[in-house]
Amino acid sequence: MARTTRSAVLAAAAAVSVALTALTGCGAADMTRQASPYADAKGSRTVTLSVQSWVGAQANVAVAQYLLEHELGYRVDTVQIDEVPAWDALSQGRVDAILEDWGHPEQEKRYIDEKATIERGGDLGVTGHIGWFVPTYFAEQHPDVTDWKNLNKYADQLRTAESGGKGQLLDGSPSYVTNDKALVKNLDLDYQVVFAGSEAAQITQIKQFAKEKKPFLSYWYKPQWLFERVPMTEVKLPAYEEGCDTDPQKVACAYPHTPLQKFLNARFAAGGGDAAAFLKKFRWTTEMQNDVALMIAEEKLSPQEAAARWAKKNEATWREWLPS
Amino acid sequence: MTTTVTPATPDSTTTATTTTAPTPPTDTGPGVLRTLTRHRGRLIVACAAVALVLGWALLGAGNWPASLSVDLSGPLERTSDWIIDNRDGHPLFLYFLGHVSNVVVISVRAVYLVLLALGWAGVTAAAALLAWRVAGVRLALTSVAAFVVCGLLGMWVPTMQTLALMVVAVAASVLLGGLLGLAAGLSDRMHRILRPVLDTMQVLPAFAYLLPVVLVFGIGVPAAVLATVVYAAPPMARLTALGLRDADAGVVEASTSLGATGRQRLLTARLPLARKELLLGVNQSIMMALGMAVIASVIGAGGLGDRVYQALASVDVGAALAAGVPIVLLAVVLDRVTAAAGQRIGEAPADRSRLRWALAALVTAVVAVGARLLDRLSWPDAWTVDIAEPVNAAVDWMTAHLYSGVPLVGGTADWAGHFTTWVLNPLRDGLQWLPWWAVLLTVGALALLIGTWRTAATAVLAMAAIGVLGVWDPALDTLSQVLAAVTVTLLLGFALGVAAARSTRLGRALRPVLDVFQTMPQFVYLIPVVALFGVGRAPAAAAAVVYALPAVVRITAQGVRAVDPAALESARSMGATGRQQLLQVQLPLARPALLLAVNQGVVLVLAVVVIGGLVGGGALGYDAVFGLAQGDLATGLVAGAAIVCLGLMLDRVTQPTVRRDLTGKGA
Repeated sequence: MARTTRSAVLAAAAAVSVALTALTGCGAADMTRQASPYADAKGSRTVTLSVQSWVGAQANVAVAQYLLEHELGYRVDTVQIDEVPAWDALSQGRVDAILEDWGHPEQEKRYIDEKATIERGGDLGVTGHIGWFVPTYFAEQHPDVTDWKNLNKYADQLRTAESGGKGQLLDGSPSYVTNDKALVKNLDLDYQVVFAGSEAAQITQIKQFAKEKKPFLSYWYKPQWLFERVPMTEVKLPAYEEGCDTDPQKVACAYPHTPLQKFLNARFAAGGGDAAAFLKKFRWTTEMQNDVALMIAEEKLSPQEAAARWAKKNEATWREWLPS
Repeated sequence: MTTTVTPATPDSTTTATTTTAPTPPTDTGPGVLRTLTRHRGRLIVACAAVALVLGWALLGAGNWPASLSVDLSGPLERTSDWIIDNRDGHPLFLYFLGHVSNVVVISVRAVYLVLLALGWAGVTAAAALLAWRVAGVRLALTSVAAFVVCGLLGMWVPTMQTLALMVVAVAASVLLGGLLGLAAGLSDRMHRILRPVLDTMQVLPAFAYLLPVVLVFGIGVPAAVLATVVYAAPPMARLTALGLRDADAGVVEASTSLGATGRQRLLTARLPLARKELLLGVNQSIMMALGMAVIASVIGAGGLGDRVYQALASVDVGAALAAGVPIVLLAVVLDRVTAAAGQRIGEAPADRSRLRWALAALVTAVVAVGARLLDRLSWPDAWTVDIAEPVNAAVDWMTAHLYSGVPLVGGTADWAGHFTTWVLNPLRDGLQWLPWWAVLLTVGALALLIGTWRTAATAVLAMAAIGVLGVWDPALDTLSQVLAAVTVTLLLGFALGVAAARSTRLGRALRPVLDVFQTMPQFVYLIPVVALFGVGRAPAAAAAVVYALPAVVRITAQGVRAVDPAALESARSMGATGRQQLLQVQLPLARPALLLAVNQGVVLVLAVVVIGGLVGGGALGYDAVFGLAQGDLATGLVAGAAIVCLGLMLDRVTQPTVRRDLTGKGA
């Protein structure tokens, strides 16, 4: 019995392998060359862009997609992925480009320097900055809250049921870069970091606080459309110096200002033709990105509609991105 | 009603299977033993109390000792590095996994192209005719309505992408599950080996294994399909095994006596006899697969799930709902059609059955070709209705008016605050304050009171494994949230269930609402729960209650309704009031159903822990999400394993021993 079972298993395994090979062509199957089954459904050239969960990233992609489709005749697929898995997907060729990266030194070392499967695509033109923010209406009542040294004084007012006896520092998505737990500890602050778990949850909570003019302290970042709806003032942390954040346990300084970067799959960068050339040249400003982001997030336009509106008004800007 | 208990939360899932042996008969042993058995409950409590005192004296208080835990982060990191470094060159990937991945892509693409080629008219016609042949005119009309709504919502293409993915994933699940079920149905040893494997496959939170799947296959459809199969194959395997095992012994014996070989017996007697279970298995697989549609979008599956997920990024409930509704509609149509197919099995086929099938195929072809000739393949953009705006307006109004300052009752934010301060915090602090060995002892004693020695051992071992994994504290935090959410779910669920059982009209009105809650992707109500309850553990509990409530209501209602009418009648004739009837007859007699409801409530609440992590629930749920977002196998996988252990423990502790009689599917 045992032997028949084993030989049956072996036979089945062999049959499966043969069938798989027959179905997909002979020989080795390259894991780095697999397109989406939905791509090229109408026989067109397709570019796949990765979208991260924040609206700024959606805005980049929407505009790039609009121009690729309407000016260059490509079909664009978008895939929403978190930042770190996006690097992995980029190296495998599942996506062709990341348009906005906030700095992932480990991934850069592995995929650009060691494996050479990813190539730099240059600056996006937007500078990102992470920080701690309080609503401006609160900062105006208590101007000294904007210095971290005075934060402990306000812990009582910033308490919530979730933060227990301490003040609440609201953090967001698990995919975002954060040193907040270490900062609270190393700066000896009477605060509890509460992770909202997703940006959607964090924004919803901030809006609810703002509606009632309640004070809050939150991890947040620029550029971000929410500033237009809920004006926020940054809390000064000990100044950032090169290398002060290398040891994640000992961080006691502010977050840096990061010129956001684009990255392309190496094979796409070399053989992607007009699309690759266009994505390398794509470069705009914070204000422009916010324009589009606000249309998406607040006016609830579809990203495509928002991109179309922006493109109509800013032809001079995007003409320069097109390959000559 | 039949199998509609099931959308996404089948009573056969997770655990319905691990039936325990009944307590040993009490009337055979000698006198002392008999007395002991009779007072088993009290005895266990007494022993536990003694052990508690002893433990305090010998072991002292404190958390799980560091010396008893194992740090897996090193090996797990090395594994993930190895995969990334070898993925493009190692033979395992080149000659096996790569082909698996290609086959998935090719099959999904093939189905998708066929659907596109049929055009919207063709697909709708095919669905309607199929429903008509299998289930009658009413369901045919429902299918047409469902597909038209998908188009109207502007979701035609994503719906087709999801459908293509579902077809392939369900086919693979049915195939794999069927094979496993066949093995388990024919061999007792396989049955025993497979049971814990299937348990684990289903309790394991999808988020935890998305990460390894992504590491191996990369972002995209292959990973999504495989993750879905892991989740959707177990019900098929269980029901297949059950069908084979329960096949009427008389018939099987008759075919043996006619000299049939093993294979003939299987093909001519046992499999045909198990048709009902097999179809129910297909039905369950479809429901589970649809439940994964949105979660799989996190790793780039595309389709409807991706639309829901992207809508979340711009905090747009309306858009998320517009993509969520087609998922619900697909679930309803597929569920009703497969259920109807299951019911009709065994009926004599109609005379002109073949003719009608041919007619159906012909009409589909004509419609598809007609649409192609008229160049109407894709859904016309003009025929769409925007529901996002009104929905968002409604959500805004609701949250603006309920969040705080409601006269007398206070706002939802206040409730959430009180719930956190007065229920969640004490519960969490209490559990974390308990010495680790006392927790193990309590778990063991509870499991022993309800189940057997074996269930108690499993429960204790599962709990100990959490300590060994080094996540004792967050696990107890999660446990406190689960317990609180389950309590609320049961209070609401029992009340609603009893009410629905006593009033047919209410029961009928509740049914579609429950359907929607069970199949609507949980991501859709992430934002509303935060808008109502703020960020934290309270909204996580709310999301869990919404998800687990339908199953509890259904099982309760069914149990109360099924109470022997003779017993009720005799109570009535003795002059019992409605209240007395309920408390003294219906509820006691429905006890097995209520116990099952408790068990399902626990398991389902736990299934939403990860979703809770997305709204501030923290603890294990957050760790699982964090692991996926940061590509951190060590955090994500350990958290996932701990959730599995919690699930096993809770299931064993709440496992009613009579379940087999109740559901009749203890595969």
